[in-house]
Amino acid sequence: MSILELRGSAVKVAFTVNGRPVELEVDPRATLLDTLRDALGLTGTKKGCDHGQCGACTVHVDGRRVNSCLSFAAMHEGSTIDTIEGLGTPENLHPIQAAFLERDGFQCGYCTPGQIMSAVALLTEPCGQSDADVAECMSGNVCRCGAYQNIVAAIQSVRKARG
Amino acid sequence: MNAFTFSRARSVADALGHWHDNVRFLAGGTTLIDLMKLNVERPAEIIDINALPLAEVTRTPDGGLSIGALARNSDVAHHPDVVRDYPLLAQALRSGASVQLRNMASTGGNLLQRTRCVYFRDPAMACNKRSPGSGCAAIGGFNRNLAILGTSAHCIATNPSDQNVALTALEATIHLSGSSGARSVPIGDFYLVPGETPERETILEPGELVTSVTLPPPAAGARSIYLKLRDRASYEFALASAAVVATVRDGTMQCVRIAMGGIATKPWRNLDVEIALQGQPATHERFTEAARILLSDAKPQSENGFKVELAKRCLVHALSLATAAV
Repeated sequence: MSILELRGSAVKVAFTVNGRPVELEVDPRATLLDTLRDALGLTGTKKGCDHGQCGACTVHVDGRRVNSCLSFAAMHEGSTIDTIEGLGTPENLHPIQAAFLERDGFQCGYCTPGQIMSAVALLTEPCGQSDADVAECMSGNVCRCGAYQNIVAAIQSVRKARG
Repeated sequence: MNAFTFSRARSVADALGHWHDNVRFLAGGTTLIDLMKLNVERPAEIIDINALPLAEVTRTPDGGLSIGALARNSDVAHHPDVVRDYPLLAQALRSGASVQLRNMASTGGNLLQRTRCVYFRDPAMACNKRSPGSGCAAIGGFNRNLAILGTSAHCIATNPSDQNVALTALEATIHLSGSSGARSVPIGDFYLVPGETPERETILEPGELVTSVTLPPPAAGARSIYLKLRDRASYEFALASAAVVATVRDGTMQCVRIAMGGIATKPWRNLDVEIALQGQPATHERFTEAARILLSDAKPQSENGFKVELAKRCLVHALSLATAAV
């Protein structure tokens, strides 16, 4: 494909969101975050700082957690994207979601989808065993209510249960 | 954010062939998209280079390592060859940003990471780097996090990268491609001090693309450390950092390479400091003398005088750790 064929004010992009194929025509300025929220109605992913500093917008792209606010939707042709909506259901929670409830890992809840998406990714990343290691691996997710201790406890309870 | 056209490059030649003055190559986006949202960067055209085959990390024939420009910071930080042979680079990368940002940020993008000077990031303020000739609001302003070495009357912005400090101590070579061909540049020659042209931060020519970074073979018996000092334990830029690679035999320093971050306008290396340590006993006294030489030209600003002592202690402690008997 020639580079020239893709020029223009709107860009076509096709990716998979929570297992569902999606085809969109997007303004090149549209971030992945705004596209998920505004074009696809997936408002579980939150906009906090919009500059990659708070982690509220964390989603998984091809299995890796990223800040969806610092990525254009048009960059994700062929990507597999997973958001909080694809993780579990009220009847069938992901173990991390259940642990956040069990350990009281939130207060206002605004940062929680990002915290949970980061925590789920952490389970398969290189991360040491200690609480301090978990805090380090979670430092890209800010919680202004200060639920950090319980967030770490929730993540550790799932890691310990999994051995 | 201003409007722009968006294209996806399928090859390096494709990307280079479509260069014009107001194009930006887009890799991880963690700097560029951030600055576009602030209207600091206003490109007319974005060329997405993420599909280019530049993400490999491979051994070089001489036993060194080649890191593709699109290799993500996370992948490099956890690559078994990097962890084993270049732990300094792994440490530096892991100390930067957050996991999410490291999953996105590329090796080449990190090389070209822009300063965190608040006046550069705010188009309402005077900044010679963003708008040449407009002045420098940081001199006499909020400059606690800014540079004390390599500054000029026109700019005191700090180079914020951790990766580039480690790459400087490891004597990396940067490989570039442009419409007139390819070239390779030692990292020590890649960055420019601001002087009278703070808008020029590297020797990269318009339209050139970073394609890879190579590291020489790891020095036999060398030990290394990346020590980063900052206002909080994680997810913060360095106030001072030191990358040290040292070979010690019978208590004598055979070869020492030092780069400092967080205190200078570019990853800072001073050969006089390394020469002063070479062949000397690995003692606190020698480390203190090295730190004195390194900071002898420091020009503190109104709010960052504390960095002189902080940087000295950072270097002394890093040298102690790197040369301590196992």
